[in-house]
Amino acid sequence: MRKGPVSSGVEPGGQRDANLKIAIVDESAVRAAILEDGLREAGFAQVSRIEETHNLLARIYAMDPDVILIGLESPSRDTLEQLFQMSRVVKRPVAMFVDQSDRASIQAAMDAGVSAYIVDGLRKERVTTILDLCISRFNAYSRLQGELEQAKGALEERKLIDRAKGILMKAKGLTEEEAYALMRKTAMNEHKKIAEIAQAVITASELLR
Amino acid sequence: MTRLRIGYIPLVDAAALLVAADCGFAQAEGLEIELAREVSWSNVRDKLNLGLFDAAHLISPLVIASSLGLGHIRVPIITPFNLALNGNAITISPQLHAALSEFAVGDLADPHVSARALAQVVADRKARGVEPLNFGMTFPFSNHNYQLRFWMAAGGVDPDEDVRLVVLPPPYMAESLASGHVDGFCVGAPWNLVAVEAGVGHILHLGYEIMARVSEKVLAMRERWANDNPEVCAALIRALVRAAEMIGDPAQRKAATEVIAPRIDVTPDLVERVLAGKILLSPNGPTRNNPNHIIIGGQAATRPDPVQAAWFYAQLVRWGQAPLSDEMRARAVVAFRTDLYDAALGSLPASSAIPADGIGAFAGPEFNPADIQSYLDVWRKRPDRPRLSLVR
Repeated sequence: MRKGPVSSGVEPGGQRDANLKIAIVDESAVRAAILEDGLREAGFAQVSRIEETHNLLARIYAMDPDVILIGLESPSRDTLEQLFQMSRVVKRPVAMFVDQSDRASIQAAMDAGVSAYIVDGLRKERVTTILDLCISRFNAYSRLQGELEQAKGALEERKLIDRAKGILMKAKGLTEEEAYALMRKTAMNEHKKIAEIAQAVITASELLR
Repeated sequence: MTRLRIGYIPLVDAAALLVAADCGFAQAEGLEIELAREVSWSNVRDKLNLGLFDAAHLISPLVIASSLGLGHIRVPIITPFNLALNGNAITISPQLHAALSEFAVGDLADPHVSARALAQVVADRKARGVEPLNFGMTFPFSNHNYQLRFWMAAGGVDPDEDVRLVVLPPPYMAESLASGHVDGFCVGAPWNLVAVEAGVGHILHLGYEIMARVSEKVLAMRERWANDNPEVCAALIRALVRAAEMIGDPAQRKAATEVIAPRIDVTPDLVERVLAGKILLSPNGPTRNNPNHIIIGGQAATRPDPVQAAWFYAQLVRWGQAPLSDEMRARAVVAFRTDLYDAALGSLPASSAIPADGIGAFAGPEFNPADIQSYLDVWRKRPDRPRLSLVR
């Protein structure tokens, strides 16, 4: 289990870093998978995901990781903090990847929504690649999420407008273009979105049914 | 309008902050509060440290830990406002409750009796080769941790050797009790009631039975931010005091609960019961009714008290989280900024409800903030430990 002490001299890099054991704790299974893929592509072979929140510490002890990456929306972050208090139990205390000189990188990590812990004594330079990769994957994931939400929203709006058009066409004997034009004009007059007017039409028709 | 971004965790004891932001008290002081909901104290601490939050709802001992640089980088954090006193409870599984009842000599509602019964249960399990009991708490630097430890130790249980204390996020507590992952926990509102109402837990003790008066949550800020923004800080204190007064006033409480409930995802009725101190102790069981269950307005609760800061430092030392030194004690005590509070408001008259030593713990000597060493020595000398091995 024990790895050799981290020497203070220049590390040969690549070869040894690929052996770093990395644990990912994330509420989002999709994002954890994206991150895991990224780390593997970058040559880190020993990456494990922890999805189960029960017995988190026991699982971490069993895995004995060098680096722990955890999503900020995971309430289990507080559980990890207990690692600092239990150096008697864990032979290799884990320290957070922050110190005063690290403001920029920790801020970038916080913005991206991730936090990292590394084994005490492991030199920061050795995990910079991991953290950078983690930040960029987390950011890419939230962009993707944003776009997905937008696309979903747009689709929902389209559906609402189509339904409202149908109601107006039937109730007022309008053509599709006329029904749409009527909603658009109303929306402009009332400073509202067409989808809101469409929703109002649908609600009204349901009330009057 | 000055815009402030303030972090909080959805708990009843954030009430004064939520009401200040949502009932117009902040606005009346020229402040616009953007509330940022968080899921962990680690997140709140880090975002406060980094300046992503101007201020935050924080567990009181974490202010001291952060100012002393324990377990993390040192960032001087202060508090000019106490958000809540008390409010926690120790909840246990029906199985542990039955086991305690079996060994109890006297009424289990008395923490002396329950703590001694716990020591017997612990010894009995040891003798039978059964795994030690597990207890959930919310953070290494929290009252939940210290209240559990204080209670257990008073009965002769060593919290580090005889049981396991595990940090659990509050939303997981009830479920962990039901699954047997833990045998009990100490947490704030609404999570004890959630466990009782789900039929999986018995409230053994309310926090004030362990310590009559202890700071539970504060409004925390970076010392530097407070120094750089004295006017804003004073305005914020005034807004929070008005909010706390509204919550403490039974006539206005209902209106306050309507604002608090949606921010923490529970019903206004539950918030009202917690604030009124009407606590259902077990499924279909009795209800305890005590206004000291959680104190937000009144009883000088909002004024930061350096005795509380010294108390937390004593707990850090007692449980091996910090060494004892005059320098650290001094740094801890100045983190609770009574001066900022008084400057913003003019000081309040002393409340007659305050216990003689400021804490009112159920066991042990009176707390003396000026002599933590002697206070802790009394605990160390207690001959409780050897008794464990005599029990069969």
